[in-house]
Amino acid sequence: MLQVNNIDVFYGNIHALKNISLEVNEGEIVTLIGANGAGKTTLLKTLSGLLKPKQGTITYKMQQIGGKPAQAIVKSGISHVPEGRRVFANMSVEENLELGAFLRKDRDGIKKDLDHVFELFPRLKERRKQLSGTLSGGEQQMLAMGRAIMARPNLLLLDEPSMGLAPLIVQQIFEIIQTINKEGTTILLVEQNAHMALSIADRAYVIETGKIVLSGTAKELQESEEVKAAYLGGV
Amino acid sequence: MKKSKAFWGYLAFALVIYAVVQGMLASGMLDLYYQNMLITICINVMLAVSLHIVIGVTGQFSIGHAGFMAVGAYISAICTMKLGLPFIVGIILAGIVAAVAGLLVGVPSLRLKGDYLAIATLGFAEIIRIVFLNVDYVGGAAGMVVNHATTWTYAFVGVVITIMVISNFTNSRHGRGCLAIREDEIAADAMGINTTYYKVVAFVIGSLFAGVAGALYAHNFYIIQPTAFNFLKSFEILIYIVLGGLGSLSGSVMAAIFLTAISQYLQAFPETRMIIYSVVLIIVMLYRPTGLMGTKELKDLFKVKNRGGSEA
Repeated sequence: MLQVNNIDVFYGNIHALKNISLEVNEGEIVTLIGANGAGKTTLLKTLSGLLKPKQGTITYKMQQIGGKPAQAIVKSGISHVPEGRRVFANMSVEENLELGAFLRKDRDGIKKDLDHVFELFPRLKERRKQLSGTLSGGEQQMLAMGRAIMARPNLLLLDEPSMGLAPLIVQQIFEIIQTINKEGTTILLVEQNAHMALSIADRAYVIETGKIVLSGTAKELQESEEVKAAYLGGV
Repeated sequence: MKKSKAFWGYLAFALVIYAVVQGMLASGMLDLYYQNMLITICINVMLAVSLHIVIGVTGQFSIGHAGFMAVGAYISAICTMKLGLPFIVGIILAGIVAAVAGLLVGVPSLRLKGDYLAIATLGFAEIIRIVFLNVDYVGGAAGMVVNHATTWTYAFVGVVITIMVISNFTNSRHGRGCLAIREDEIAADAMGINTTYYKVVAFVIGSLFAGVAGALYAHNFYIIQPTAFNFLKSFEILIYIVLGGLGSLSGSVMAAIFLTAISQYLQAFPETRMIIYSVVLIIVMLYRPTGLMGTKELKDLFKVKNRGGSEA
């Protein structure tokens, strides 16, 4: 479904992503784990069009999307939940969700998806008129995910959904990620919380200082000594 | 249905104000001094609302608004005084040329953010002013003599159209895109909102109405000089919207009316005028740090009241 071939991304002179290749197949949950500053967020931003690759190709459903503007990529069915949630703080929950469907014109479909999001996240329904800046961190994460779903994506890019959240909330969020996946949305999940990410993923990549250093099924990586030592805190 | 109701309500409200003021003018209750003050208020409200769409709605901190006003003023003056065109044609051309100027300035500078954008727009406004200062065709530093043509009717219709267009824009899908940019540009981008496009659109609409306000201004004071459009004028407009509450259209309208009225009354005390004006600003900002209205609109206040009433 998504194929990334040998991309290089720079911030000015800084070489942030070095010759990265990866692949996401339809229906999978693929996770990308790595430490701070490894380039996880940079990769997601490149996939969603917020950054442009200098070299290499990104193919999504047989189409070249590398370097295209973000709105074209959203239209083609990729939705990005940015790091740190970034909800529109001075707007209500409902308005946030409506903005997620910004590029869509089918009113009935939007209404249906709004109900669907409220089904997935009952908490958001309770607070639909509340300003989203006043929500708790977990609720904001749910809102950010709901907002991305409103674009009706085939591929959902999630950037650190567990960041700064209590373990119980993280568990809830990960359960919802699995539900969304079962409903037919492919997921690329970027996480520092390797343990949680590997427990729900089908396949995984490990990224270190801008390079992919390991890849395999989630199970293989969970048992790999290197991953255990570096990311799972075991010996 | 709901929207058109609000539209007609607004129009009826505007007509009532117009009829009342017109009656008072006709009966002589308001003399020329007040008529002139009303025109100045209308011009300043237009300037405030046109900057509101750039800063309040889209969150792009531009402090070069007087530059676009200058473009409108000079273009309309050239139309009426040099080319002998009717005033209304001058107003329309002023708006169009100012919008084009907004496009030319906006496309390169709206890539900048925050303080950098502020400095760039300030620079552009000064460039526009200095161009007029050095063109002999429009009188250079001595300025250009312009016939008095702005009437209370012109000014009021200008305000009504400005508010109508900008509030409709804000409530439209495009307006929500702009609000999203103000709230969080990266998230707006990730939602598929073409942020560059909407920033430029808001900037161009703002420039257009600043140009129209400039045209009305030029034909109100008999003479226009480049110094009238320096950065102090830009700051004056900025003060209206900050004091009104960034993001609140009704707030910026009220602040423009309030501050224009104060500044006109204080002309009787030329020595202390600016001191009193500044003290008023400081006091308001101390007690209302988010401006008179915050991000709320007048109708929100009524809504809250109604809700409270029905619960009680």
